[in-house]
Amino acid sequence: MIALLVRDLRLATRAGGGFGRGLTFFLIVVVLVPFGVGPEAAVLARIAPGILWVAALLAALLSLDRIFALDHEDGSLSLLATAPLPLEAAVLAKAVAHWITTGVPLTLAAPALGFLLHLEGAAYAPLFLGLLLGTPSLSLIGTFGAALTVGVRRGGLLLSLLVLPLYVPTLIFGAEAARRGAAGLDATVPLMLLGAISAGTLALLPFASAYVLRVNLR
Amino acid sequence: MPDLGTYAGPVLAAYGASIVLLGGLVAWVVLRARAVARTLTAVERRQENG
Amino acid sequence: MSLWEYANPKKFIATTTPLVPWIFGAALAFLVVGLVWGFFFTPDAERFGSTVKIIYIHVPSALMAINAWLMMLVASLIWLVRRHHVSALAARAAAPVGLVMTLIALITGAIWGQPMWGTWWAWDPRLTSFLILFLFYLGYLALWAAIDDPDTAADLTAVLCLVGSVFALLSRYAVNFWAQGLHQGASLSLDTKTNVADVFYLPLLVSIAGFVLLFVALVLLGTRTEIRARRITALIARGG
Repeated sequence: MIALLVRDLRLATRAGGGFGRGLTFFLIVVVLVPFGVGPEAAVLARIAPGILWVAALLAALLSLDRIFALDHEDGSLSLLATAPLPLEAAVLAKAVAHWITTGVPLTLAAPALGFLLHLEGAAYAPLFLGLLLGTPSLSLIGTFGAALTVGVRRGGLLLSLLVLPLYVPTLIFGAEAARRGAAGLDATVPLMLLGAISAGTLALLPFASAYVLRVNLR
Repeated sequence: MPDLGTYAGPVLAAYGASIVLLGGLVAWVVLRARAVARTLTAVERRQENG
Repeated sequence: MSLWEYANPKKFIATTTPLVPWIFGAALAFLVVGLVWGFFFTPDAERFGSTVKIIYIHVPSALMAINAWLMMLVASLIWLVRRHHVSALAARAAAPVGLVMTLIALITGAIWGQPMWGTWWAWDPRLTSFLILFLFYLGYLALWAAIDDPDTAADLTAVLCLVGSVFALLSRYAVNFWAQGLHQGASLSLDTKTNVADVFYLPLLVSIAGFVLLFVALVLLGTRTEIRARRITALIARGG
């Protein structure tokens, strides 16, 4: 399983692998917002938590169709399904790879981008923690969506339609945690709920994703 | 028509929109059912004769 | 006679053929009685004025929007466990009905909200949950349409319905957490009849019955269509 993880990481980070695309997209979206909303610091500070979370969501979405696409094209997905490693574990490895190459960089970049949006000082910690706790669920949910649409030609749009509504709870609690931090309130409850969602998706979605992959590989 | 007072607009709009949507839904389901049934009969007949 | 006998497509079609017109007729009867009664023969309400009349469409459609998804959930589970094609096709047939019900609930809700809350749309927990439900229906239908192989499509959409249901529940709580509501609290619990006065309650029940019957009629008819469409594909594949 570790070997699979390392392989996917290496594939993602080599040239043409798409690593950094999500991060760049994140930056671009955040930079676009003041052009759309106006440069007033007070306004930006208020919407910064939401903008950062929505941008992170969309950036995570970008790299989802790659999770299974390449392997499906060259047939190695079928090999994975029949390998001694349980498909559920392979799916988990892929989700972890996605998280390491997308979720973690986004989490690390968010405070810097928050600075651009005049994010309130007290909000940085809950924002960072929230993303750290919440991005795993984004990767797991995204992997499920990618498994569903692996056989669909040009399934990117369908993937977004399926996955974005599933992202809503994570978005709600993540942005709420950052907003509470900005207001000087305690953000523990939404952060714990974020952790709970990630834990729950970790427990359930690898099984659902593996089931769905087997169906698609029939 | 009962005296709907100042709210005549919203009430009639709500009923109107709903009746249009429900009617459209029923029409779609029924028309599709008939079309498919016709096609099935045609295909079955072709199979029997061919 | 076990319910599972109707899982046989031929038997399902045979059994439902005489039933469907009657159920449509009953639906029409209940709907006409309920809506005419509610529209013409009920008084205005204190806070709402004549807009209370919207309740006879808004509440039943909202109930059916939820119940349609629940039926799809049960049908999806039956498909995954027992592999009865009728079940998978019934879920597929229910989706457009649920979608339209959700749309009616949203539209009548918005139209009702305008004079009451002064705004066409408010990110109130109930309205927002229905908007999310609308997106779930769209996704479900889109997935059915995107997959060519019928059995694969049935499997994938069934799992989507399951996972979606978990997230729908989760979203409900998340959205409640996220916003304070403008929406009136549940006033339809059967044990607290004092919430909605009898004079409104009875025509509302009739209207609800009408919507339920309409849902059943449309899903039965829709399932028959899906069964026949499947048969057409099979016949053509065999060489017709």
